[in-house]
Amino acid sequence: MSEHTEIDEGIISLRNESVPVTQVVVRDASLGYENLVVTEGLNFGISAGDYLCILGENGSGKSTLIKALLGLKSQIAGEIQWYGGLSGKDVGYLPQQTVVQRDFPASVREIVRSGCLASMGWRPFYNKAEKQLAEEKMQRLGISEFADRCYRELSGGQQQRVLLARALCAAKKMLLLDEPVTGLDPKAQNDLYELIEGLHQEGITIIMVSHDVGAALKYATHILHIGSQRQLFFGTKADYLQSDVGEGFIASQGGEQA
Amino acid sequence: MIEAFQTLQFYFTNYPFVRYAFIVGLLISLCSSLLGVTLVLKRFSFIGDGLSHVAFGAMAVATVANLTNQMAIVFPVTVLAAILLLRTGQNTKIKGDAAVAMISVGALAIGYMLINVFSKSANVAGDVCSTLFGSLSILTLKASDVWLCVIMSIIVITLFLLFYHKIFAVTFDESFAAATGLRTNAYNLLIAVITAMIIVLAMNLVGSLLISALIIFPALSAMRLFRSFKAVIICSAVISVLCAAFGIILSILCSTPVGATIVCADIVVFFVFSLTAKLTGRTE
Repeated sequence: MSEHTEIDEGIISLRNESVPVTQVVVRDASLGYENLVVTEGLNFGISAGDYLCILGENGSGKSTLIKALLGLKSQIAGEIQWYGGLSGKDVGYLPQQTVVQRDFPASVREIVRSGCLASMGWRPFYNKAEKQLAEEKMQRLGISEFADRCYRELSGGQQQRVLLARALCAAKKMLLLDEPVTGLDPKAQNDLYELIEGLHQEGITIIMVSHDVGAALKYATHILHIGSQRQLFFGTKADYLQSDVGEGFIASQGGEQA
Repeated sequence: MIEAFQTLQFYFTNYPFVRYAFIVGLLISLCSSLLGVTLVLKRFSFIGDGLSHVAFGAMAVATVANLTNQMAIVFPVTVLAAILLLRTGQNTKIKGDAAVAMISVGALAIGYMLINVFSKSANVAGDVCSTLFGSLSILTLKASDVWLCVIMSIIVITLFLLFYHKIFAVTFDESFAAATGLRTNAYNLLIAVITAMIIVLAMNLVGSLLISALIIFPALSAMRLFRSFKAVIICSAVISVLCAAFGIILSILCSTPVGATIVCADIVVFFVFSLTAKLTGRTE
């Protein structure tokens, strides 16, 4: 931390309307399990209002990176530094759907409210403010009419909106979305992307793990591309389009997109 | 009908053990149904089965060692097995279902072996049968057993109510719960320990082979018809308690084995609910 103090203070002192506020900085991080390094040399930063898209093939360590950002797994080397009182717990997480959830008997309201758990501590029941927050988020994502419906009866797109509402109850500043459009039809995919873009416009930082280059290039402000065991690119979208990595990857994915 | 009522009144007023059996039966069925929904949804149904066999093994050890207080050994051993099973569930060396199967049949074999070789009782087959199917032991309850059961039930119900929302979150989406800072491992452990408590309690009522039925059937029945977690839990508790009451009363009137009668009532309810769900188009 010591050698970075000057920079860190510089970053923190720059907090005003026009200059982006740094929320998290990852420096020389290596991630993996006891003896197995999944990915190393990660260097990137995320500021308030960014829309970062993390690209990479399967097995490139995307899910390990997610765990590290959420604070569920500590890095082998390097550091992940949070600013402005944030931590991995303040990230609203939209995980991939599990088998268990497909036939789970729970109402939409119950699921959205469970996003408020973190603020409860030892208190066993939700208070008024938390219930109110859940209603607001359901309203925002247009799922109020489903509030009493059963989760398993909803369409894939509606289910993702429920989980997104839950994530918004858990975090106000940052969302981490893990392959959010997997399994949705093109229309529902597009709707969800637009909804996420709407949240981004409201000032929420978005981190999206995806292998959908098309969406990444359309919506993201920054791109982090990780290859096997190392970081290939981090920077703004404009820079990515100019880079060899970007050009190569877009060309290789281009066939699928067309 | 009046005759049956008079018979019941006779039993309840004249035999304290019938009253004990009734109280214990209702409490146990309530506790087991609460946790049942979570266990079924977490795909842990067989952990209940495995643990009950471990409890049988421990009971055999306690019988052979001639312990007066069998709970002292049965309860810790079962809780330990619950923790072990949960840990191996996360470990990839032996897959979860294999670990459960291994521990469950292993404990069953060792338990039966010990009873057979060392037991001084004349009626070994009868002892084993009543431990496995609980046919007799519920009618031999002492007041102290009832108190133990009441206290354990209160603990289980209190824990469940206090952690209801957390248990829901851990059941529905463990990765999200962990991401918001919930200690999911601690809650999984809590679930396992409560399950172990229920199983040790329920051994008296339905015996170790039938405990899983008590845990699973009410939950599955409720899941046929209801669509919110809360409604499923409440419905499953109601089903379980009613079936237990019905089963105990029927077993007194018709002299059928208590545990098996309760489980049969649960099975009937399950089919009625499934059929209703089909007829009203509530299944997907």
